[in-house]
Amino acid sequence: MRLLEYQGKELFAKAGIPVPSGRVAATVAEAEQIMRDNPAPSVVKAQVLIGGRGKAGGIKSASNADDVREPAQAILGMRIANAQNPAGEIAKRVWIEQRLDIAKEMYLSITVDRASKRPIIIASSMGGMDIEEVAAMNPGAIAKYPINPAGGYWPFIGRRVAKEASIPPEVTSQFVSILGKLYALFFDAGAMLLEINPLAITKDGRLVASDAKVEIDDNALFRHPEFEAWKSAAEDDELKARAVKAGLGENNYVGLSGDVGIIGNGAGLVMATLDAVTASGGKPANFLDVGGGAKADLMRDAVAIVTANPRVKSVFINIFGGITRGDEVAKGLVAALDGGNWSKDRLVIRLTGTNEREGREVLGKNGITAVETMNEGARRAVAIAKP
Amino acid sequence: MSIFMNRSSVVIVQGITGREGLYHANRMRAYGTKVACGVTPGKGGQTVEGFAVFDTVGEARRTTSANVSIIFVPPPFAADAIMEAADAGIELIVCITEGIPVHDMLKAVSVLPANVRLIGPNCPGLVSPGESLVGIMPGHVFSPGNVGLVSRSGTLTYEIVDQLTRAGIGQTTCVGIGGDPIIGTVFTDCLQAFEKDAQTHAVVLVGEIGGTDEEDAAALIARGQFTKPVVAFIGGRSAPEGKRMGHAGAIVSGSSGTAQAKVDAFKKVGVPVADSPAQIPDLVHSALEQPARR
Repeated sequence: MRLLEYQGKELFAKAGIPVPSGRVAATVAEAEQIMRDNPAPSVVKAQVLIGGRGKAGGIKSASNADDVREPAQAILGMRIANAQNPAGEIAKRVWIEQRLDIAKEMYLSITVDRASKRPIIIASSMGGMDIEEVAAMNPGAIAKYPINPAGGYWPFIGRRVAKEASIPPEVTSQFVSILGKLYALFFDAGAMLLEINPLAITKDGRLVASDAKVEIDDNALFRHPEFEAWKSAAEDDELKARAVKAGLGENNYVGLSGDVGIIGNGAGLVMATLDAVTASGGKPANFLDVGGGAKADLMRDAVAIVTANPRVKSVFINIFGGITRGDEVAKGLVAALDGGNWSKDRLVIRLTGTNEREGREVLGKNGITAVETMNEGARRAVAIAKP
Repeated sequence: MSIFMNRSSVVIVQGITGREGLYHANRMRAYGTKVACGVTPGKGGQTVEGFAVFDTVGEARRTTSANVSIIFVPPPFAADAIMEAADAGIELIVCITEGIPVHDMLKAVSVLPANVRLIGPNCPGLVSPGESLVGIMPGHVFSPGNVGLVSRSGTLTYEIVDQLTRAGIGQTTCVGIGGDPIIGTVFTDCLQAFEKDAQTHAVVLVGEIGGTDEEDAAALIARGQFTKPVVAFIGGRSAPEGKRMGHAGAIVSGSSGTAQAKVDAFKKVGVPVADSPAQIPDLVHSALEQPARR
């Protein structure tokens, strides 16, 4: 689960990590009130998870209740998109924070390193830009330190990282202290990523987290009821919410931008199905994994959700059943078609594995013929979606 | 022959009194796996469908001489179950559970002794056709033969194995290493084991977006530490950046973990990468006809 900037900064503040003072607004009136309470040079920032908000005009200045109106109006409700995510995201809130007088921008993060199976500290004196670009241009400018969870964080680690990352000596002790708090927060919050970019040195020599990017391990959310409220604030996708309501996991539905709806059993199989559709010249509308052993009800709901997407022109259901039973899948599909207004001619199903024969019988009785292979199914579904 | 386990492996089922544990204990027993007993804390002394239940893995192991444990324990308690099994002297632990907090796994892998092999979590297990099945895979799609398989996926594995079996290509051992970001056994671990297994003549490797496991496997091959033919398939080539595709470990972050990087890494070391699962049997046939890289 990704947190919005204001949520991340709230978390940092509670953990004792210095952040600029700021408040969040969901309306222009709230923005005006914030500036009235504290007129000062400020930055008005779109609260979205998508990158590139600056370029899209989602970051503006203000200094009082009068001149905050226009930026707040412009940004609230703005749809911010980028190349990877053309559908974009709507900014439902702005974060209005005190403008910092920044002398230097650095980088600090803690994340999970899969290769070493450790939490890892990543730091650089080069911040304020894409860390991947820094890594490409100047790998020596990045210090990395995997931490053994048994020992945890000790100040000597911070001092070593500061040296290796060329952190200016006059802020090293602040750096070591912030890193300790960041590490403690990493474990307390069940985080996958805590990123401060830029970690700013202000003109008066203070270290402040100018931005906060926080990713919480979805699998840890059950231990963090305090994040429940933030979940709905971040959630944009109505169909995903329906999927969760139908009993699917948080990550079993992913909305994409195409027009071929996809349903399968097992994440790897569904990914391969997306690939097959793309390889056939089509564009997947979504990823939906019904998991193992899906019953007719779940299948019915899955089809209803995918076909509720107005962009969807055809649907491909790819089932290779181990504990998932073909007859259950078929029954669910038939129920979905009966209950909705989706034509069976715009639906392709591949049904292999457990109770395949029984499943095909149910389909046959309803005028549906299953295809034999995944590739054939992908081709058919793509052909149906094309005008 | 097989890797990691074989027909004489004796298996404990942790979580056997739960719905998943019991269902799969029965299926494994039906396949021919030696399922000795189960463990559910607090239910020791009971018997469920012919399986004795113990309170602890230690008691279960001492009573039955089991050397393998399979875990069907819910996410909040699964890391604990893994560590308990290791602490009790079990040397092969297969964790099926999906949804274990990553931090729990960071701790678990850091305390596992060097002689303990953990497979998973969030995996379908492993099967040596005709010998033993420790997991949730449907036994009927597998057939004994000379090709090893290692995969991050579950049902995609069945799809691919089904294609192999229908093409007359049987398997030595198929290992599902799982879809989580922090797992006990990675591709290189399996390749190193397959290198030593005389019966395995080639390996099919099924990867996906996220992490650098596939790249590490390619590097192992480049260093000459795996000399048998490999055929790869990488799922998620069309997945967008930043979105987790089901598996917790299947996510592209920035430029890291892309399918293209993995495809390129394999092609660079001479490993053919199938464009779709249907292509795999032909690539395997070709690979088997070529002499080993030595």
